[in-house]
Amino acid sequence: MSLDARILVRRPGFTLDIELHAEPGEVVALLGPNGAGKTTALRALAGLIPIDDGRIMLDGRRLDEPAGGAFTPPEHRRIGVVFQDYLLFPHLSALENVAFGPRCRGVPRHTARAGAQAWLDRVGLAEHARKRPRQLSGGQAQRVALARALATDPYLLLLDEPLAALDARTRLDTRVDLRRHLAAHPGATVLVTHDPLDALMLADRLVIIEDGRVVQTGDAAAITTQPRTDYVARLVGLNLYRGTADGTAVRLPGDFTLTTATTQQGDVFVAFPPSAVALYPARPAGSPRNTWPAVVAAVARHGDNLRIELTGPITVAADVTPAAAVELDLTPGREIWATLKATEATSYPA
Amino acid sequence: MAGLLIRAPWASLPRRLSEPGVLAALRLSLLTATLATGCCLLLGVPLAWILARTGVPGRRFVRALVTVPLVLPPVVGGVALLLVFGRRGLVGAWLDSTFGFSLPFTTAGVVVAEAFVAMPFLVISVEGALRGADARYEEAAATLGASRWTAFRRVTLPLIAPGVAAGAVLCWARALGEFGATITFAGNFPGRTQTMPLAVYLALEQDLDSAIVLSLVLLVVSVGILVALRDRWLSGGQALSGGQALSGGQAQP
Repeated sequence: MSLDARILVRRPGFTLDIELHAEPGEVVALLGPNGAGKTTALRALAGLIPIDDGRIMLDGRRLDEPAGGAFTPPEHRRIGVVFQDYLLFPHLSALENVAFGPRCRGVPRHTARAGAQAWLDRVGLAEHARKRPRQLSGGQAQRVALARALATDPYLLLLDEPLAALDARTRLDTRVDLRRHLAAHPGATVLVTHDPLDALMLADRLVIIEDGRVVQTGDAAAITTQPRTDYVARLVGLNLYRGTADGTAVRLPGDFTLTTATTQQGDVFVAFPPSAVALYPARPAGSPRNTWPAVVAAVARHGDNLRIELTGPITVAADVTPAAAVELDLTPGREIWATLKATEATSYPA
Repeated sequence: MAGLLIRAPWASLPRRLSEPGVLAALRLSLLTATLATGCCLLLGVPLAWILARTGVPGRRFVRALVTVPLVLPPVVGGVALLLVFGRRGLVGAWLDSTFGFSLPFTTAGVVVAEAFVAMPFLVISVEGALRGADARYEEAAATLGASRWTAFRRVTLPLIAPGVAAGAVLCWARALGEFGATITFAGNFPGRTQTMPLAVYLALEQDLDSAIVLSLVLLVVSVGILVALRDRWLSGGQALSGGQALSGGQAQP
C-alpha cells in the first residue's frame, strides 16, 4: 500500500512539480506556505483534478499517467480524504455519514451501519451517532470526518489541514487523538498543513514545498536543526545564512565572517537560534569573535520574551527578556552591539 | 380576490359547484397540472444539473432556449407546438403515420402544452439551488466511492430538495393556470381538454356568476396548496424568491 507519485500540474503562472513517496504506515507531511501548491497536490492525488504529466502509483496500481492515457476516477482509487472543512453531508447523521462509503461499495445496510458504529466508538463518539453534523462541535466533526474516511479502508489517507478549523484548545487534544489514529492506519498517509507544529507532531517525514517545488525533505530532527530555506528557518525559529566555510570560519555575503562550532569546507548553511544572540549597549570587552554593531529594526512579542529584528552586516533575529529590553532601551532605530556564541552556531553543507 | 369574494353568488354556490362540468374541469386541471409537473421534474432536474454542473458546449444556448417560454406569449407557444406536433407537423406527421397517434386536441396534448409553458419555472429554480449547493460535497462523495449517479441521488438531491420542491410548486401553479397554449394546441373540449381556466373563459361569455364560481374554485385550490406546502418546504428555500418574481408573468392569456 505504498504511494509513489510524481505530480505535475500546470496552471497559468504556476507549475506544481513534486515527487512524493510514502510507505505503508508512514505519515508524510506536505508543509509549505499558502499558495505553495499543497492542496493542488492533494486534489491531484485524490483524482479531483487531473495531472498534466507524471505518474501516480498506489499499491502497485497505476492510477494516473497522462502519457499513457491512464486516469482513475476518484471513486475507484481507494483514497480516503479528510477535507479541511470536513464536508460532512449535512442531511445525514454522523452514523450515516460514516456508513456512506461502505454503502457505496456495496456493503449491506445493516453491516455498514454496524461498522460505522464501531468506527464512531473508536473515535470516541459512540453516543453522538444520531446527531447531524451541525449539532457537532468542531472537534467532533473532525473525528467523524476521519472515521468516515477510514471506514472505507483506504490504501492512502489524505488530510487537508486537518486541524486548521479548530480552536487552540481543541486542537491540542485532537492532535494527540489524530496521531494515535494515524499510527493505527495500515496504509500510507499524506497530510497537508502550513502549521509546522502539526507537521512535526503528526508526521514521520516532512516534505517542504515552496512555489510548487520540493525544497527539503527529512524527518523532524533534520528539518528543525538544518533548515535549507528561509521559509523553513522561519518555521522552526532559526536564523539561517548561506556562505563559504573554511574550517570553523564561514564567510557570508557582505564580507562578514561568523565562527561556528562545526568544521566544514566550501558552500554551507549556517543556522543558530535567536536565543544564542546577546545584545549589549556598547562593544563588549574580551569577546573578539562573532561581535558586530547592529540597529534595532523591529520589536515583537514572542512567547515570554521579545523578539528583536536587527539590521547591520547581517539581518538577525534575537530573543531577549522584557527586562533586558527595557534596560537596553530597545526601540526601533537604536544602535547596539550583538554577539553570538560560537558554540550555538552550526554549519552544514548546502 | 376581494372582487371575486364580494361578487360571488353565495346563495347558488352549492348548486353551481355540483354541476358535472365544473367537477370534470377541476379534475382534468388537477390531473394535467400534476402530470405536467411530473414531466417537468423528469426532464427538468437532469437538464438543470447539466446546466449547473457540467461544461457541455452550447449550455448558454440551451438555457436561453429553456427560458423562452417565460417571455413567449403562451398562444405563440401553442401555435409552435401545433406546427411541430400537429397532424401535418414536423414530428406529428411521423407520429401519426407510425403510431397512428396524434397529440393535439387530446388530454396528453394539454399536458404537453402545460409542461412546455411551466418547465422554465422548474429548471431555473433547480439550477439556482444547484449553484447554491456546494459542489465539493459531490467530490467528498466521490472519494468515498460514490459514482456520479449515487452522489447525485444520495447527496446532491437531498441538499437541493427545497429548491426542487419550490420549483415543482411554481411549475404546478403555472400549469394549473395555463390558458393560451392549451386552448391553441389542445382546444376546448369539455371532459377532455377543457381545464378550469378554459371553463372560466367559456362561462364568462355565457354566465358571469358561473365564471365567478369557477374562478373561486381555482383560487381556493391554488392558494390552499401553496399554503399547505409552504410550511413544509418553502420556508428557507432560497430558490423561491427568484421564482416568485418570475411567476408575476402568470397573467392570462
